[in-house]
Amino acid sequence: MSEDLDPSRLFDFVKKALGLAVSLFVTFIGLLFVTFIIARIVPIDPVLSILGDRATDAQIAAERLRLGLDEPMWKQFGIYVWQALQGDFGISIRTREPVIEEIARYFPATLELATIATVFGVLLGVPAGVLAATKPGSWADQIVRLVGLMGYSMPVFWLGLMGLLLFYGILDWVGGPGRLDAAFDMMFQFEVTPHTGMILIDTALAGRWDMFANAVSHIILPAGILGYLSMAYISRMTRSFMMNELGQEYITTARVKGMPERRVIWVHAMKNVMVPLITVIALSYASLLEGAVLTETIFGWPGLGSYITDALMANNMPAVLGGTVVVGVVYIGLNMLSDVLYKLVDPRARA
Amino acid sequence: MSLLSVRNLRVTFDTEAGLVEAVRGVSFDLGRERLGIVGESGSGKTMTGRAVLRLIRPPGKITADSMVFDGQDLMAASERDMRALRGPRIAMVMQDPKYSLNPVMKVGAQLMEGLRQRDKVSAQIAYDKAIEALEAVQIRDPERVMDAYPHELSGGMGQRVMIAMMLIPNPDLLIADEPTSALDVTVQAEVLAILDGLVRNRGMGLIFISHDLRLVARFCDRVLVMYKGKVVEELAAKDLLAAKHPYTQGLLNCLPRIGGPRQPLPGLDRNADWAV
Amino acid sequence: MSTLTAWLRDPNPQSRRQARLGQAWMAWLRLRRNPLAVAGLAIVLVLFVMAAFAPWLAPHDPITQNLGNRLLPPLTSGHLLGTDDFGRDILSRILYGSRITLFIIGLVALTAPVFGLLVGTVAGYFGGWTDEILMRITDIFLAFPKLILALALVAVLGPGMENAILAIALTSWPPYARVARAETLTVRGSDYIAAVRLQGASSVRIILGHVMPMCLPSVVIRVTLDMAGVILIAAGLGFLGLGVQPPMPEWGSMISAGRKYLFEQWWVATMPGLAIFIVSLGFNLLGDGLRDVLDPRSAGR
Repeated sequence: MSEDLDPSRLFDFVKKALGLAVSLFVTFIGLLFVTFIIARIVPIDPVLSILGDRATDAQIAAERLRLGLDEPMWKQFGIYVWQALQGDFGISIRTREPVIEEIARYFPATLELATIATVFGVLLGVPAGVLAATKPGSWADQIVRLVGLMGYSMPVFWLGLMGLLLFYGILDWVGGPGRLDAAFDMMFQFEVTPHTGMILIDTALAGRWDMFANAVSHIILPAGILGYLSMAYISRMTRSFMMNELGQEYITTARVKGMPERRVIWVHAMKNVMVPLITVIALSYASLLEGAVLTETIFGWPGLGSYITDALMANNMPAVLGGTVVVGVVYIGLNMLSDVLYKLVDPRARA
Repeated sequence: MSLLSVRNLRVTFDTEAGLVEAVRGVSFDLGRERLGIVGESGSGKTMTGRAVLRLIRPPGKITADSMVFDGQDLMAASERDMRALRGPRIAMVMQDPKYSLNPVMKVGAQLMEGLRQRDKVSAQIAYDKAIEALEAVQIRDPERVMDAYPHELSGGMGQRVMIAMMLIPNPDLLIADEPTSALDVTVQAEVLAILDGLVRNRGMGLIFISHDLRLVARFCDRVLVMYKGKVVEELAAKDLLAAKHPYTQGLLNCLPRIGGPRQPLPGLDRNADWAV
Repeated sequence: MSTLTAWLRDPNPQSRRQARLGQAWMAWLRLRRNPLAVAGLAIVLVLFVMAAFAPWLAPHDPITQNLGNRLLPPLTSGHLLGTDDFGRDILSRILYGSRITLFIIGLVALTAPVFGLLVGTVAGYFGGWTDEILMRITDIFLAFPKLILALALVAVLGPGMENAILAIALTSWPPYARVARAETLTVRGSDYIAAVRLQGASSVRIILGHVMPMCLPSVVIRVTLDMAGVILIAAGLGFLGLGVQPPMPEWGSMISAGRKYLFEQWWVATMPGLAIFIVSLGFNLLGDGLRDVLDPRSAGR
């Protein structure tokens, strides 16, 4: 359209984009500030944790200088921010590898788990919420409500253990902890190129369908459990959004036009429900990263959650803080993404 | 022969506060004429209009001794039969286009929806018919409006789109529920004139719902005055000034008149006995 | 009784107290119609009773070990829910554990909302730069996933109940600040605030005496709804060994202890998990019901 070239619109757009970038940056700096403060009040001496307690005084002094610990606090923070912006979160104390490289290796496993869980959550949660909203007070509504509240109320680590007990221990329907059976684990290390770090994709790319099937049997339970949590949230929100839309006047208009109820709900109302629902889905995706911390410990899943908790147990502070910052960044990123998608779906927000 | 015949229509809501009767035994007949329903807010006039389309949301319930549209008993009709009536036979224009048009669908898609979905018309024919309908409501650049979202239109434009959309299938009966109350005064007359012209030319029946007694009198052949869910007076529009019922007189008196007495306008007199 | 209900239902209350109690009575009537909410209320009440009377209800001591009775299954005589790996009665431990749970949510409910209320009202009342800065800080805390920030904090402060509570409180105040700010913005411009200001009241006095009380109801609803989340995070910290330390009978750490015996002695991990589940379900049902009752928008459903 011709208005796109209107200079005042272009100016508005640039102003908005700049505002977004500034608020993104400020939040990111704040994030780093919080982790920086946390790192400074740790009772563990970073020098000793790197060198061990048998280091000489000269070694310690050299290391202090290298880490910049003799600089004033504000300068140390500046260095920290500068390094973080370049993706440098220090060296993992346990493995002596850069933290960022370790995170890059662990992250895809979490991403894979959270993505499958979100797909479960959306595919089950949206229809359940719509069903509940179209028949408020009915049995279906009560069941959706109760199942949703139960999902809100279950400790995810306990649900994981119960899932393992039932589906692995008793019924033997699924694979146990880990991403593969022990027999496949070795083969995977040597025979499959880790293109993406996501096991389903990598095994499929390698054409190892036996391994793929085994990986599916392992991922289905943790993904199903996280998916249940996501479904609980999405179905409740869908229900309330849908109830709200079904009370709107344009719904009556569609009915006056003689449109069948199926179309009124799934086209007219759904298009409007999508607008807030996108934010909800993004938020639930982000919160799965959090749920993953406890789920991954239960299922021995080599993702970011396991990485952070293992580092915690080993007092590996650079790894803990690096992981925390990365999760925070993903959180912020998803929020921004939902903002952008929101504008794509809602024509009123575009103007 | 009458187009719509309603006997003892009731709309009740079972709420936490007990049973609320919004419409309490309304009866009327309508030919291919223009019938006004007047009353203050809460008098049940909107519910009467929606009950004809059987579009009262639960917990609302509709009962009637009979409600016959063009020989078809609406109370006995299945939901499928009702859907076939809504749109092609009976249509409704609502108060505020800001809420009655779907905010995230383009105007064109909403205009063509009935043609495409129900009549299975090809995209090109549907587009042409929609343009034609927009031209009929005197929209100058229909192509641009087709491609716009409702929030990009002014109130008057939105209401014209609404009228165009409802008149595309050429219904026999149009219910207009306060079609101009949400519009600027300057636009009101224009939209009314368009509506009037279309209804006249196509010879359809009209139920015009409004709180504005004088407007209705100018626009309709006959007027029903409603109060608390009941019809308190029915009269020909030309006899309005001779209204006998005190409520109708009250409605008339609380409007200012040019050249009228310069006293404060009287408040509306409400008497619970009228509603019994 | 009938005179009391008549007094409560009086449409023209004589005093502010009567009006308030009447409102509460109507809310209770509406809550009573929702069976799930009543169930939630019952669960929460049972939790309080359990905590208050734990020493009298518990058949055994929750800490004393008895290795002769290790890992007895449920329904063994004297051990309704079985025993754990140190021969301790699981039922007794769950009963005593309710005290820990109540203590944690009680302390969090007293600290986080107060802090959030302070930040929110100050930001909303002063506006401008104060608002900008305080809300930016709030957003930064919101940008962290709660559990992970709590983990990092506990890692730094060291494991233990006090630190776990501190970490949870530090991560849960931002939503309250948001709610309080929104509420403050609506009352800030009202005439009665202007009237107080014209009488020469200081900002501190206005905020504490006139703004905060207006924000309280919405914050209180929020707190009820959040309690289930607090229970889950506390249990998660306990499960990871970062919260309450053994041998204290904290439910999360009890699950963690039972993990080793999951496939053979399933009850050790299952029972405390059920307790967590039921209690947080109770808070969720109650909070959900309360919201329906107190939120006028959903009342007309």
